[in-house]
Amino acid sequence: MKAPNRLWGLMAEYDNPADVLAAARSAYAAGYRQLDAYSPMPIHGLAEAIGFRRTRLPLLVLTGGLVGCFAAFFMLWYVETHVYPLNVGGRPLNSWPSFIPITFEVTILFAAITAVLGMLALNGLPTPYHPVFNVRRFALASRHRFFLSIEASDPLFDLEATRRFLEATHAREVSEVER
Amino acid sequence: MRGDGNTLDQYGSYGRQRRTGGERLWRSFEELEQAPEFRLLAENEFAPGALEREGGPSRRRVLELLGASLALAGAAGCTRQPPEKIVPYVAAPEEVTPGKPLYYATAFLLGKVASGILVESHLGRPTKIEGNPDHPASLGATSPLAQAFVLGLYDPDRSKVVIRHGRISSWVNFLAAAAAERERLLARRGAGFRVLTEPVTSPSLAAALRALLAELPEARWHQYQPLTGDHARQGSRLAFGEPLHVLYRLEQADVIVSLDADLFGAGPAAVRYARDFASRRRPDHPAGMNRLYVVEPAPSVTGAMADHRLALSNRQVELAARALAAGLGLPVSPQADAPAKEWIAAVAADLDRSRGRSLVVAGEHQPPAVHALALAINHQLGNLGRTVFCTPPLEAEPVDQMASLKELVADLAAGRVQTLLILGGNPVYQAPADLGFGEALQRAELRIHLSLYEDETSQLCHWHLPEAHPLEAWSDARAFDGTVTLLQPLIEPLYAGRSALEVVSIFAGRPSQTGEEILREYWRGAAGAADFERWWRSALHDGLVRGSEFPPKPVSLRPDLFARLPEPPAAAPLELSIRPDPAVWDGRFANLAWLQELPKPITKLTWDNAVLLSPATARRLELAGGDLVELSAGGRSVRAPVWILPGHADECVTVHLGYGRTRAGKVATGIGFDAYRLQSSDRPWCTSVQLRRTGERYQLASTQHHHAMEGRRLVREATLAEFRRDPGFAHHGEHPPPADLSLYPPVAYEGYSWGMTIDLNTCLGCGACVIACQAENNIPVVGKDQVARGRAMHWIRIDRYFEGDPSRPAIYHQPVPCMHCDHAPCEVVCPTAATVHSAEGLNQMVYNRCVGTRYCANNCPYKVRRFNFYLYADWSVETLKMLRNPDVTVRSRGVMEKCTYCVQRINRARIAAEREERPIRDGEVVTACQAACPVQAITFGNLNDPAARVAELKKDPRNYGILEELNTRPRTTYLARLRNPNPALERL
Amino acid sequence: MEPERPQDPVATDEEAPVIAPGHTYQTVTDQISAIVLTRKTPREWLLGFTLSFALVMLLLYSIGYLLVAGTGIWGINHPVGWGFAIINFVWWIGIGHAGTLISAILLLLRQEWRTSINRFAEAMTLFAVACAALFPLLHMGRPWLFYWLLPYPNTMGTWPQPRSPLVWDVFAVTTYATVSAMFWFVGMIPDLATLRDRSRRRAAQIIYGILAMGWRGSAKHWHRYETAYLLLAGLATPLVVSVHTVVSFDFSIGIIPGWHATIFPPYFVAGAIYAGFAMVLTLAIPLRALYGLEDFITARHIDNMAKILLATGLIVVYGYLMEAFMAWYSGNEYEWFMIRNRISGPYKACYWALLACNGLAPQLLWFSRVRRNTRLLWLIAIVVGVGMWLERFIIVVTSLHRDFMPSAWGMYYPTAYDWTTYIGTIGLFLALLFLFIRFLPMISIFEMRTIVPPAERRARG
Repeated sequence: MKAPNRLWGLMAEYDNPADVLAAARSAYAAGYRQLDAYSPMPIHGLAEAIGFRRTRLPLLVLTGGLVGCFAAFFMLWYVETHVYPLNVGGRPLNSWPSFIPITFEVTILFAAITAVLGMLALNGLPTPYHPVFNVRRFALASRHRFFLSIEASDPLFDLEATRRFLEATHAREVSEVER
Repeated sequence: MRGDGNTLDQYGSYGRQRRTGGERLWRSFEELEQAPEFRLLAENEFAPGALEREGGPSRRRVLELLGASLALAGAAGCTRQPPEKIVPYVAAPEEVTPGKPLYYATAFLLGKVASGILVESHLGRPTKIEGNPDHPASLGATSPLAQAFVLGLYDPDRSKVVIRHGRISSWVNFLAAAAAERERLLARRGAGFRVLTEPVTSPSLAAALRALLAELPEARWHQYQPLTGDHARQGSRLAFGEPLHVLYRLEQADVIVSLDADLFGAGPAAVRYARDFASRRRPDHPAGMNRLYVVEPAPSVTGAMADHRLALSNRQVELAARALAAGLGLPVSPQADAPAKEWIAAVAADLDRSRGRSLVVAGEHQPPAVHALALAINHQLGNLGRTVFCTPPLEAEPVDQMASLKELVADLAAGRVQTLLILGGNPVYQAPADLGFGEALQRAELRIHLSLYEDETSQLCHWHLPEAHPLEAWSDARAFDGTVTLLQPLIEPLYAGRSALEVVSIFAGRPSQTGEEILREYWRGAAGAADFERWWRSALHDGLVRGSEFPPKPVSLRPDLFARLPEPPAAAPLELSIRPDPAVWDGRFANLAWLQELPKPITKLTWDNAVLLSPATARRLELAGGDLVELSAGGRSVRAPVWILPGHADECVTVHLGYGRTRAGKVATGIGFDAYRLQSSDRPWCTSVQLRRTGERYQLASTQHHHAMEGRRLVREATLAEFRRDPGFAHHGEHPPPADLSLYPPVAYEGYSWGMTIDLNTCLGCGACVIACQAENNIPVVGKDQVARGRAMHWIRIDRYFEGDPSRPAIYHQPVPCMHCDHAPCEVVCPTAATVHSAEGLNQMVYNRCVGTRYCANNCPYKVRRFNFYLYADWSVETLKMLRNPDVTVRSRGVMEKCTYCVQRINRARIAAEREERPIRDGEVVTACQAACPVQAITFGNLNDPAARVAELKKDPRNYGILEELNTRPRTTYLARLRNPNPALERL
Repeated sequence: MEPERPQDPVATDEEAPVIAPGHTYQTVTDQISAIVLTRKTPREWLLGFTLSFALVMLLLYSIGYLLVAGTGIWGINHPVGWGFAIINFVWWIGIGHAGTLISAILLLLRQEWRTSINRFAEAMTLFAVACAALFPLLHMGRPWLFYWLLPYPNTMGTWPQPRSPLVWDVFAVTTYATVSAMFWFVGMIPDLATLRDRSRRRAAQIIYGILAMGWRGSAKHWHRYETAYLLLAGLATPLVVSVHTVVSFDFSIGIIPGWHATIFPPYFVAGAIYAGFAMVLTLAIPLRALYGLEDFITARHIDNMAKILLATGLIVVYGYLMEAFMAWYSGNEYEWFMIRNRISGPYKACYWALLACNGLAPQLLWFSRVRRNTRLLWLIAIVVGVGMWLERFIIVVTSLHRDFMPSAWGMYYPTAYDWTTYIGTIGLFLALLFLFIRFLPMISIFEMRTIVPPAERRARG
């Protein structure tokens, strides 16, 4: 038996999506909040099951896009009318129709970059170290097994009770996760 | 070994100079070899004359040397004002200021006949040739050949050193040898001593030679050059009993008939004649528009201008001349097989209608009979003294040159010649092959050759002497009308060359005498001026001796002319006509790459000569353009490529001289074929020839591959009558977009707004503008291979179109520079803003900014943009650096370039104007092409100035822009061409 | 390499499944990851890679000489200022588009058959864009100054001229390359985690570990991940359309007859997808045979791609017809001459070959038996690839060589260096592709798991 402070939490292993989904639901119902579920592919409803509602990502991306749009057009307009006021083919300095394609491309670029960086940031990736990897069988989480973890920091967490609770949810195996 | 010597002096010594550093240009091998004489000179680091002869340096000298040293800094080692006092055209040397060129008057020599030029000189470096407005042969314009004159000065292949038996020698050695030879000659009273010169129009040289001959009475003087002019002289002897020189006043003539005379394209008077002719092409001329008839074998610049042109073989031209004479009531029996009888009759009638206001010209290459007939006709029409004038010959000693050469060859063969002094010319290459001059030459015991290049003749001589280029030496010459023109040096000889005058004086026992001394001495006597210094100064300043032209000579037709008129030759199965090349002339300009790459006016060929023949003849002989054939005449043959030329006479082929050089320099050696091999001394210009297909092909580099206008109205033309009826004809069927057809508001161009018009009615297509532009704007030469790949760099392209029946097509020329469109398609697509519009409407190229996407060139509907696919500009040859116009960037690889409207000239004028706080005057900015144009077809100026000539012309009903339907709004526009046909022939 | 079985086992039934029956999470995982981790490299791979690497060397030589000597080594001249470089640029960019289309547009359209080919198609996009991007740089007279086309403050007084389609190109292509790369990488993160967990070798574990960025398949992560992926797809879709539109502007903004046509944008985009799917087929058919992936890339995939090929092919042909029709209908003499010159001018052979490749060949795809015959389909795909190259040749060369001024008309003949550069980029493309299939999962494993048939979901591992 290790010292509790070395303990990060408990992890249960399941062999199909239905079980882990059910387990997650019941754990949440039981009042556990420091929950997380792990699967080799996205499972619909799983995030909701552990009480994760919605992400701010779309809003971020919209902002990124708008910033790119205005930045691009302003750059073009300002440079062409103030920095390099050149007569090109007899066109006015602010020949805005010609500026549209670039504005559009930059909008897309900024939005896309925000989407990726935003996703990684919100997910806290990259994460060089995470306790769950201390469980040897967790490697299967990227193959065909499904896991549910309850962290020790959860107020309801009690090593024995929680273990029993998890074993009751068709878990193939419940293991302690070290910090 | 000779070859080595030559290559060494081209490359080896560059390397050597680089290693030693400092002044890279060596003046001669004496320098390199530290010959005693050179060490002597080296004491005062600038050769004799760096300091004034009479003691200390004057202010002028110091300024000159300052200028020179500035130039020296530019790695252009030996550049400096020549030591003697020469007189600038517009300003005195006190005003030598960097960046401000000076202009000096001197002359360009073609066949030793002068036409006046002004030479633009930057800090003592002559860089550009302009015409001399005061000179009768120039009136401010030049020919393309004259434009390339300055390149000849800097040609790195010029002979740089005295050569003896193929080994590098020195003037010192030659002076010693010459002195010894002189002693021997004096003892023999000159027996066995012969001098061979090109015809001498220079009074001073003639005097010097006469003096020498007086000293050596047994010696003989021969004259020869390929374009002898013998036939003209013989013709006038037939007609008037004496060899006379004939002048024409084209501006006085309403009807002009050319019997194979290339009045505007060839010869020392071409520029003047073209100007006079053009002055009567303008429909609004009070005396009315003139009419030109041309009969000729191969289409020439003159033929392309004709209102009626008839392609006839040489023999037929003679028959036509007879028929014409007969038609005008002269007692000549017209041959039964005379061509185009109605045509001739109509011409005769037209001539008859305009007695005293017409003229008939015989081509230099036509037999004496034709010349005689032309003179007789002019006499009959009362044109003599009105439009046609006879003067004494230009040559100081007019001789039948072919006879003179034959005599020399005979004497050589007979071993009667011990010492032969050849002053200029290249007879070994240029003499008709049947004379075998080369073999005969080697019978002489001592052979001395003075020439610009170490050429075929030098190779067979004991001594080769480097000649001073006319821009390096003092001399004088007569213009086409006899006007004496003084030639002053613009620069110290680059390679220690000496002039013919100086070499003669060596043999006269005065080796140290300079050209200037000889010339001054001669004219002090000849001028007969009270104040000689004043006379000398003004003669130099003006570039001519006023009032020195020959007075017309009264003549009377010999009554027995028609009895003595030789019969025309029998018809040949296939006739060969030999002509000088429009670009390299008789071969003397062969090493000038500008001229090699100049698209020849009618064929648009570059870098080659070809066998020109008509489409019909080509069909009969089953020949295609580029087929290699073997031509044989007089038992000699050459292999030559075929070029099919619409408008060429049938059953007749034309070849051009000047190619097939075996020893001419890096540029010319080994290109083209040598037409002299086909030439016979009896009938130099027209013989019978056999043509055999070889089945091989040969790559010819032409700058234009499509010769029809495809019904696109690029060149617009009407007859004078149509124009009178409907002045706006040029605008019919054209859909110019309305001025407001644009997404954007128009840009206003306040202040100056530059524009150009080009008058297609007078444009000859001669190419003077092309070379002028090349010289002014440092345009590189790209070579035959690149031209063949379609990468020629000329900023102004003279398009040539044929229209109508290929046997007698209409020939159009259209110079196409940048149009400087207000809605420039090139600018919009440039990704780096490397081409943009200036506030004055110029479409500018910013070379620094260009990354070379070539998008602009693709999007230019006029295709006037040129790209440096390789590093075309020559960055290594030192002399060529001296040639460059310092006001124009030398472009590098991967950069786009094009016509700038000579923006550097605009800015020069602007600076001058601003210093005087006045606007730029109309006509103050003259573009290089405009300045060179013999017929003033190009007009440039400020469109915002209603009084400007260009603004007036833009209002002319004939004014139109090409491809205006694209809404590019070009600033360069054209004046439609007019023809003045003979109604009688129109009906035919 | 060529497919060993023209008839697939499941190919007989009309609606073939997108994954062969009998597969479970682990079989999918193991079979695909094995290609990278455990299975020994096939001889064909070594052979193919060696060959394409040799071509890369050829490319490097051609580029080196180009930089030393200048663009003059190519066949370009006046009036044909653009030659192979621009032709190849447009061709490669076009090929890239299929990848984005498959991964983005089909995702939005919920076409689950895309899952097994999207990863591989995206990689193709990336590499095609890499090849494409080379040419605009190399075709410049002074390639070392390419950065003058980028907007950055400097003291040289240079700034891009944003009215020029070439500058639009710079933005469009860089954006496209960046987005495609991100899309591709993001899509790979979970699979990289799989490789990390399944690889036995330390080095592999570390490398894949770093690339996976500590992905642990948390439900919250999956949630955000899917959102981001969907957003990217949503952004890539208009992007892919805009990119080839901008490329078509390079021509249609010009005034040259044969370039200046409003039909260009749609007709270029269709052409791009056309060429792209042709390339996907050209690569997918041999690969699935070589690695025995018939279970994942089933007859259904092949069939659908063939259908898309047919559809886009018809659009392209419509483009050709409209081009000719408008030239005649406009009554513009230059446009009309341009078409006549294509049909009967010096380059008529190319034009007719183009019509044969792009117009006739795909008509065979009306027949399902042709669509199922992978050998024949492969040939057709190759033919279409050639045809699309010819299309660009016709647009660039025949439009330029005879435009407005007959006096300036000329011809264009490619030189040896034009060819070596082009073939070199094909080598580069293949070399990158070979490396990709060797070191990364060429089929998206996690997406395959989502389509494992429900029957198998309870299967015990």
